[in-house]
Amino acid sequence: MFDFILGHYAYWLTIILLCIGLYGIMFKKNLVKKTIGLTILQISVVLFWVSIGSKWDATVPVRDPGIPTAEVANYLNPLPHTLMLTAIVVGVATLGVAFALLVATYNRYKTLDEEEILEQIQ
Amino acid sequence: MREQFESPIVLLGARLLSPYIMLFGIYVIFHGHYSPGGGFQGGALLASSIILIRISGGRIISRLQIREFFTTPLAAIGVIVYFLAGFVAVLYGGYFLDYEALPFPGDLSPAELRYYGILVIEIGIGIAVMAILVMIYDHMARGEDYV
Amino acid sequence: MKYAKILILAAFAGLMIYGSMGLPDRADPDNRMHQERSITDTVVAGSYFIREAYNDANTPNMVTVVLGDYRSIDTFGEQVVVFAAGLICLLILRKFRPV
Repeated sequence: MFDFILGHYAYWLTIILLCIGLYGIMFKKNLVKKTIGLTILQISVVLFWVSIGSKWDATVPVRDPGIPTAEVANYLNPLPHTLMLTAIVVGVATLGVAFALLVATYNRYKTLDEEEILEQIQ
Repeated sequence: MREQFESPIVLLGARLLSPYIMLFGIYVIFHGHYSPGGGFQGGALLASSIILIRISGGRIISRLQIREFFTTPLAAIGVIVYFLAGFVAVLYGGYFLDYEALPFPGDLSPAELRYYGILVIEIGIGIAVMAILVMIYDHMARGEDYV
Repeated sequence: MKYAKILILAAFAGLMIYGSMGLPDRADPDNRMHQERSITDTVVAGSYFIREAYNDANTPNMVTVVLGDYRSIDTFGEQVVVFAAGLICLLILRKFRPV
């Protein structure tokens, strides 16, 4: 039972983070708060990928001449780190696009509340 | 930026910090083969040093560093550096982004050719990410004034 | 309506936690993704990268080799996406001429 919890608690923490992000998206009326929730959801996915790439008794994926690379168990898996490295930068760029859209919305409607914008559209 | 006022203390602190952040960004790009780092991280650090001056100094002082119209061509230059590293390899008879076909001077083994090819594309990524993050900040800061 | 949303969120969290029970233990070296051969008897990519990265590109940092060499076309696509995001910011927040 203790081993089961030790092997799975990281998954549960990322699931809690994902639900916090979904809470922000579903319940908040302010569009900036919705965007913050979207970012928290994205960070939870990044943390999940990094957590499944880890390995007990292994070192970082930079080759050390004292540790042989022929034994795979000596090094962490570099593939999830690489994928998340690019995902973080693309996430920051698309977050910039989201905030640019929010600035344009505020310039036109003078509010960021969802319901007030819907009233002004109709 | 609706209200602007000068703060010499903030500007002095930013001027103190910014060159060291920029130097560390360049170190992260060029030392990415031997330690954690690379183009994306180094480009983000360079962009943070430039945005620090832009936040603390305002539009007139930051014009001395990198002008606003210059960021878009710089981003395009970064993407073109990456693309040319792949396309030159095609012209010399390899696959796209196959660094073994790149014509670096000297007598280099295929592994060393790949080493230098990775360095070239890391520089391209660094320039592009730096310019794009500064570009997003510039247009968001100026876009608040437009109605 | 608000209680229905809370119920949906709780049900989603329960479903995700139930699904995570079937995942293998985190950081166990005996996991399938850390082995040398997969279930269908092909080479697992991460193990190949650990073993051959220094021989292929003369670079100690494996993440740089995977980013710049093995998956370089993927990285090129990511960079084009970032560039497109910058151009979208330019086009959205451009000062429009008064018509």
